[in-house]
This record gives sequence, structure tokens and C-alpha cells, in this order.
Amino acid sequence: MTASGAAGSGVPHLDVDPFDMTFLADPYPAHELLREAGPVVYLDKWNVYGVTRYAEVHAVLNDPATFCSSRGVGLSDFKKETPWRPPSLILEADPPAHTRTRAVLSKVLSPTVMKQVRDRFAAAAEERVDALLEQRSFDAITDLAEAYPLSIFPDALGLKPEGREHLIPYASVVFNAFGPPNELRQQAIERSAPHQAYVAEQCQRENLAPGGFGACIHAQVDEGAITASEAPLLVRSLLSAGLDTTVNGIGAAVYCLARFPDQWQRLREDLTLARGAFEEAVRFESPVQTFFRTTTREVELSGAKIGEGEKVLMFLAAANRDPRRWDEPGRYDITRRTSGHVGFGSGIHMCVGQLVARLEGEVMLTALARRIAKIEITGEPKRRFNNTLRGLDSLPVTITPA
Amino acid sequence: MPAIMFIHADGRPDRVETSGGESAMQAATRHGIDGILAECGGNAMCATCHVYVDESWLTRLPEMADDEDALLDGTAAERRPSSRLSCQIKITPELDGLVLRLPERQV
Repeated sequence: MTASGAAGSGVPHLDVDPFDMTFLADPYPAHELLREAGPVVYLDKWNVYGVTRYAEVHAVLNDPATFCSSRGVGLSDFKKETPWRPPSLILEADPPAHTRTRAVLSKVLSPTVMKQVRDRFAAAAEERVDALLEQRSFDAITDLAEAYPLSIFPDALGLKPEGREHLIPYASVVFNAFGPPNELRQQAIERSAPHQAYVAEQCQRENLAPGGFGACIHAQVDEGAITASEAPLLVRSLLSAGLDTTVNGIGAAVYCLARFPDQWQRLREDLTLARGAFEEAVRFESPVQTFFRTTTREVELSGAKIGEGEKVLMFLAAANRDPRRWDEPGRYDITRRTSGHVGFGSGIHMCVGQLVARLEGEVMLTALARRIAKIEITGEPKRRFNNTLRGLDSLPVTITPA
Repeated sequence: MPAIMFIHADGRPDRVETSGGESAMQAATRHGIDGILAECGGNAMCATCHVYVDESWLTRLPEMADDEDALLDGTAAERRPSSRLSCQIKITPELDGLVLRLPERQV
């Protein structure tokens, strides 16, 4: 990895591939190199601009008119290439179209709705901890980070019991597909047909149980907020982005708390810190590492001139550890004021399911900390590689009851 | 620059100097007012920067938008007629001396 100044433009060109296995295995040294190279960099490997500092990432996220989403939030430019699936009506859309669909999902996943599902989510977390206490030694990814969201989210959506094993693989395809045409992406798409078929089927109104998030989306058709053909695609957004993200979020929190026993003790002494402990894990590990935008016009960003139709890669994870914004960014501190971190994004596209994620994280960490004295890592953690998501494939642990 | 007053749930006052164009929420988080959580960072999505506006100031604030109104239905502490989200209150010179009371809880 080298940094060299490109003649004339003032934007440093870097020979860094943020989607290769070495980078994905340990992104932090490269994040630092990119952050220190300049406010805007150019990555020759994929011919894209990159922003890694907090200020620029935040600025790009909050200027959707200039840095648009409708040309895709991955490397592929929808103006030049056919998307691998019909574009999302919310993630891959701009105002005014986005404003309407966003309002529907905001309503379905609002703070008011969270109050209604809270007790159910908390009870399921307690049940999960009951099972873990029986096991004592288990895989914190499969048996906890995956098992818990799988025990509540598909039901909350109103999905049928059959076929749920497609959910995590489908999400994995979606997030791999934002990356460049590397092996991760190609393989994911090649194997996606059965997962896509399952998801398309599940998004239909007749397959969603009454009262669930999915049915609530379809009910918006009757209100005239969306059309009958739009509703299934909005349900698809929850299937794409509502499960694997929380799996990685909860996995990140457990991995942090297992690695930093002082923070675990702190949480055990004050359970009201559970929500903050989850939020700080989202900052610290940034389960969603990157997203792209595409410029709609020539723009100057922190002195760098970027032409129209250029892809800009935002390193959310690097911004969340930018020392210009955070004190001791490499420290996991559950009492940190995390407000403003970009782990859920920022601006009009900020994660619409953030309240669900926080609720799951909070009730799960509360249940764990109340009843478990110690979490010890007993084997080598294994990473799960994805072009966009950062998380583990396996985390062997042994717990000691409180 | 205008200054605003936060009154904590226990009655303790905290005077905060604002800087140009920021919201009451931003002023609060910059000064470490712990009664404001602002989990979403000011994007009007989470309802964790809830405040009760002092009666005398209520009519002097700009009207709330529909999304703020909807979010206020989901606040952790009781919603009252004086409830607002502090991320949606932009501090202008006319709001110098604004008094905002903090609820008992934000989540």
C-alpha cells in the first residue's frame, strides 16, 4: 500500500483495495493510511473516490442532492449497468420518491411500535440466556448473535416458519453485491437464485401474518401511501437489511464485552448502560463498513474537485474511529457519548431500522449481564468475509453464571 | 451567542452557551448534558432528545413538523402539550434565555 500524489488534481491516489481479503481481515491499518492521506482520496483499483474522515463522511451522507443513491449504493452505477436485482425503493432512491417510501417504513418501525414489541423482545432475550446457561460453552455467533434475532425478527415481520434458513444467506448476497466484481460478489450472486425466490414469495401480502411489520407495510397500500406493486419491495428491504445487520451488531457487542472484561464488569454493575454498550459496539466495530454514493454534478469537497457521475466510497468504520472526532477512538468505552457516530449512517438514508437494532441489543445485553458473571473466549474467533459487513463466523465462548 | 437553560429532572439548572446555528440538542450534547441522549444524532428518527418547553416559551418556537409530532408519541417519558424534540429546535437570537426541562428518561 502506497500513497502518491496525483499530478494536478491534489487528490492522493492510493493503491489500496478495500475489498480484498487482507483489507477485510484487518481494515484498521489501511483505514489509518487512507485517513491520513487526505480528506478525499482516489482508489485506482476500482476508480472511485474515497472519504474516510468523519467530517467528509458526514458531509457526503448529508448532501443527498449531490451524492445520490438512485445510481446504486454499491460500486455498480445503475445508469451504466443493470442492477443484479430490481433496485430498492428506499435505499437506492432519491427524494422525492424516497421521501414517500421512507415515511412508510418510519411509521412501521417507529418509537411507538417499539414500545409495543419491547416486552416480547425482552422475554425472548431471557429465554435465549436460559438456553445458553444450560449450554455453558457455545458459539456466541450461531447460538447467540444469530439465534436471538432469528427467534424474534421473522415473527415480528410475520414470516411463515418454512424457509427462514434463506434469510441470512439472502442478506449476505445483498451486502456482498454492493462490492466490486470480486470473487465474494460473483459467488454470492451465482448462488442467490433460491434465496431470491424465497424472498420474492415471502414479500407477497398473502404470505405475511396479520399484525406483523410486513402486513403493516401492505396496509399502507389501503391508505394510499404506496401502490400494491411497491409494498412487496418495501417488505424486501426489511428482509435484506433487518436481520444480518443486527446479527453482526449483537455479535460485535458480545465480542467487545468478551474482549474487554472491565467494560463487562461496568455493565454488570449498572444495567442501564446496556443500550450504550450496544451503541458503542456499533461505533467500534461498524457492522456496516461502507456505502457508495454517486455524484449528480461536479462538486468540490474539502478542496478536492470531483466530476459528475463519480462513485464515492464512504468508509463509515474509518469515520467512526477518526481521531479528529473521537477521543481514544480505538477504545471500547460503554460510557462514551456516541451520538453522531455514523454506524447507522446519517441524514435521510440513516438506517430506518435503527430502533429495532437498539432494542434487540439493549434487551439482549441486559439479559446477559444480569445473569452471567463472566464470558471467556475459548477458541480462535473466525471472521466471516463480506464486501460490506464486518462480523464473525464463529466465536467460541464459555460463560460463568452470576 | 444566545444561551439556553436546561433544567434536569431533579431540578438542577444548567446554562449552556450555544454556538451559531446549532440545535438545542447539539448544544446539550456538546456540553455533556446527560439528560439528552440523541441516539440518532439529530436526524429526527429516535425521540431520545425529548424536552418539555417552559410554558412561557412554547408559543415562541416554530411549529413542529408532522414527523416530529409522530415521533413524540413514542417518547419514553410521558408526552405533554409542551413536549418537543430538541434536535428540531434551532437556536436563533430570539431564543436567548429559552428554558427546556428534561424528562426523567429518554429510553
